[in-house]
Amino acid sequence: MKRETLLALNAARRAGRAVVLASDMTTAAARLITAGDKDDPLAEDAREALRLDKARIVEKDGAATMLTPYNPPLELLIVGAVHIAQPLSRMAALAGFRVTIIDPRTAFATEERFPGLTLLTAWPDEALKTRAINHRTAFVALTHDPKLDDPALAVALRSEAFYIGALGSKKTHAKRLDRLTAHGFDATTLARIKGPIGLAIGAVTPAEIAVSILAQMIAVLRRAEG
Amino acid sequence: MSDAEALNDDDVLEIAERWLKEGHSVALATVVRTWGSSPRQAGSQLAIREDSRFVGSVSGGCVEGAVVGEALDVIGLGEPRTLHFGVTDDEAWAVGLACGGEIDIFIEPVT
Repeated sequence: MKRETLLALNAARRAGRAVVLASDMTTAAARLITAGDKDDPLAEDAREALRLDKARIVEKDGAATMLTPYNPPLELLIVGAVHIAQPLSRMAALAGFRVTIIDPRTAFATEERFPGLTLLTAWPDEALKTRAINHRTAFVALTHDPKLDDPALAVALRSEAFYIGALGSKKTHAKRLDRLTAHGFDATTLARIKGPIGLAIGAVTPAEIAVSILAQMIAVLRRAEG
Repeated sequence: MSDAEALNDDDVLEIAERWLKEGHSVALATVVRTWGSSPRQAGSQLAIREDSRFVGSVSGGCVEGAVVGEALDVIGLGEPRTLHFGVTDDEAWAVGLACGGEIDIFIEPVT
């Protein structure tokens, strides 16, 4: 790899752009392929490497090329600075997510409750408009309050977010789906929402529920579960 | 978003860039294939400089020593190479991949 290629790669990573480093395994000649590249002969393989977030070797015309994906950081957007959000934000940060908490109720969204995290106190749909939601974003609605959760879910459903979850019982979730259907979302789109949220591990406490949510996020990210 | 937020202090490629800017010669080692229960997945990286200092990991500590030695050759010769570490039970302690996995590691100079 040329020094310039390494500098360009680091610049792309700092800017949060998804790029793939393509290295010829015989000559070590390397180039960058961006997510939107259409001309590179390995563009399609590069996109697959980004999607799976996994390095791979492609053999073409007698040459072996290593494709190493560099995805933007994982991001977790939590609507609702509620009790469950406290352990969830800390656990998700440990797992590599950059966490943002969104709640216009300033009594909930406080620095004391969420030290060191990004707190947005605008209305969720307004707050979400300021964020780039991409294929590395997980979205979780925890307020139970349709006024807060529904508009945020509508934004998430129109995005590429890899995970969308909403807290609430089966009954609550059924009502939520009715409301979103009335807003024009079809069944396939609504099926993206994990509700009731989390893997069924019998979680009881806020921390245990946070484990079940984070486990489900990772299962979807790593495609261990549909 | 500041740089400090995007890339943390132990970021292998950031450190490689800093070493280059300080005038060091640098090689990168990347896990390209894995079989069985290898501890680090494909894409994991190690950056090595000419005085044997290194950052990152390609195996969770098992074969880094051997990789660093090969990387010094790669820096000296300016040519890449691919190493295979396949570990039988007998060899597990000697090479250190006690988990019993197998990995291919691509080592290249940054020129």
